[in-house]
Amino acid sequence: MFRNIGKLAVTGLVLATVAAPSASAQDKVKIGAIYPLSGNAASAGNSSKAAIELAVEIVNGNFPDLKDLPLATTEGLPNLKGAKIEVIFADNQGTPAAGQNQTLRLITEEKVHALLGAYQSGITVTASAMAERHGIPFLTPESVASDLTERGFKWFFRSTPVAADFARSYSELLREQKAAGRKIETIALVNENTEYGNSVSKVIKDVFIKDGIPITTQISYSANTTDVQPQVLQLKEKNPDVVLFISYTSDAILYAKTMKDLDWKPAIMIADNAGFNDPSFVRTSGALVEGLINRSAFAAGKPGSISAVINEMFKKKTGNDLDDPSARAMQGLLILADAINRAGSTEPAKIQEAMKATDLKAEQLVTGYKGVKFDEKGQNVLASSLITQMTGGKYVPVWPKESATAEIVLPYKGW
Amino acid sequence: MSNTLLQVIVSGLLLGAVYALFSSGLTLIWGMMNVVNFAHGEFVMLAMYVAFMVYTSLGLGPAASVPIAAMALAAVGMASYFLLVRHIMKGPMLAQILGTFGLSLFLRYSAFWWFGSDFRTLPDTLVGSPFQFAGLRLDAPRLLAGVVALFVTLGLHLILTRTSLGSRMLAVSEDATAAQLMGIRPERMQAAAWGLAAGATGIAGALIATFFYTSPTVGETLAIVAFVTVSLGGFGSVPGALVAGLLIGLVESVSAYKLGPVYKDVVVYSLFVLVLWCRPQGLMGKM
Repeated sequence: MFRNIGKLAVTGLVLATVAAPSASAQDKVKIGAIYPLSGNAASAGNSSKAAIELAVEIVNGNFPDLKDLPLATTEGLPNLKGAKIEVIFADNQGTPAAGQNQTLRLITEEKVHALLGAYQSGITVTASAMAERHGIPFLTPESVASDLTERGFKWFFRSTPVAADFARSYSELLREQKAAGRKIETIALVNENTEYGNSVSKVIKDVFIKDGIPITTQISYSANTTDVQPQVLQLKEKNPDVVLFISYTSDAILYAKTMKDLDWKPAIMIADNAGFNDPSFVRTSGALVEGLINRSAFAAGKPGSISAVINEMFKKKTGNDLDDPSARAMQGLLILADAINRAGSTEPAKIQEAMKATDLKAEQLVTGYKGVKFDEKGQNVLASSLITQMTGGKYVPVWPKESATAEIVLPYKGW
Repeated sequence: MSNTLLQVIVSGLLLGAVYALFSSGLTLIWGMMNVVNFAHGEFVMLAMYVAFMVYTSLGLGPAASVPIAAMALAAVGMASYFLLVRHIMKGPMLAQILGTFGLSLFLRYSAFWWFGSDFRTLPDTLVGSPFQFAGLRLDAPRLLAGVVALFVTLGLHLILTRTSLGSRMLAVSEDATAAQLMGIRPERMQAAAWGLAAGATGIAGALIATFFYTSPTVGETLAIVAFVTVSLGGFGSVPGALVAGLLIGLVESVSAYKLGPVYKDVVVYSLFVLVLWCRPQGLMGKM
């Protein structure tokens, strides 16, 4: 008897969901987001999650302050009768296998219309392969490993700049300084020796050689080290004009401390994002690296600009300033939302078509890209980085001129 | 000799003294109990957080944090003995290894939960500024840690060889049943050994925190060095840990400077294997 009542209730529920359908299917667009919500990169993953949630609020609500941002002043997606976006988060646990399984779950059980993720390049590899097999559009807003876009995938897109882009920014900046009369003859490259440090340093070396400002010293080291004194002493002895660091957080902290202890600094010090952009680094060591040049795809611009307004909203929500990787994740969701709206449909093939036709201008973005336009490999050809400088314990944009809020101040001051 | 090389050697020796400092607790537990404490790195990590909390809540430096960390860690060490080690000692060898390994994971993830995954540092003016001496640049916190390392090693050595507590602990480690027949309570002595070893580790952690970063996973980074130092010096030998620590620090620094930082581990571990090949008991260990 009771069992029958149960059955009836279940049937009722099923009928109700089936009956509501076309209307309710229309007013929800499901996007799956695969991020490290536990494990080693959990703090970064959770920050990205908060940024993506903020992007969803912006698309689904009405924010007159952000009128240049697509979809901010309309509730939901207008071309889909005001359909709201719903993001379903999945934890990649920091492993490629979990990333793959979670992607499969999002596709087959949650029936998502598009995917976003997956922070670590190694996990994006497996997760996007799953999406490719099922024909679901996959956008990575942050993974930089260069081979991701070399796999001949048809459903894969990447909005973030890659190593070659940052290398060009550093090179342009240094050549500008050289033209202005600064001595730039010797350049040292100090990199940690895993996938990230090795691949990025290789690209930087190639670009610099082509541009006629060759690297004169290269020091590679293992990131999980207890001591960096010999490296700093080596630098002190060679005394290069420019030092470029490619480091994770713990080693970045040790370099900042040790350079002060051993009393050496170059005239220009550049850090390639990663460790030097970690909020932990800025908090613990910001005062030791005044004048450090860094890259970022995001910087809160002048008051009233999109980036400044969004930074305030993020700060209200989480208590932190919006950091670079989280801003890139947020931009990723906005790109997908724009494409789905233009597709006017949740059909994967139509979203894929619309992604290929994406053409966002610099002023329509949260991040500092020159725009968003994908090539046939799915790479955003207008992706670019801002150059920032540590000024009073905070990174401020100093280059290129049109997005700068302050003049670049050299030489490097340190502590 | 170039000035830079001299600086590299001095920095290496100071680093080595610090390695010796945080290895002495590990070697002591081995010497007293034949137990490898895989949670040793996490003991150092806890002591570093104690130093950090002493600074944030009381605004005090190592003069306060060293004794507080020593006492706090001695308590942690004894609690670990009574709640865990005492029981797993009765089990097979594998249970002992996995038991302290489990303790290390428990402590590490508790720190993640309690302190979060952020990196922290103490202000570098807490101990004093770096200064110039005979053309060398010396960092006050490292110098302090190096000097304390010598005293702690000497102190532990004296306790073990010159006091009745030391003799009783040694008696228990040599033959617990015989010692018990002589009226010594083995459990008490073993608990004292854990307290002493963890207390020394507490001193080490509080001092390391003055010039290193603190994070829940810092124990992992430091523990590897501690294990190498202890096996090179000879398991159970406190003076051996000092000699091995200085040797490793020196070799690491000079090879990183001369050959490049990626090769320093190759040199250190080649030396390690070579020494153990000739002297499996370590430099100063007994067979």
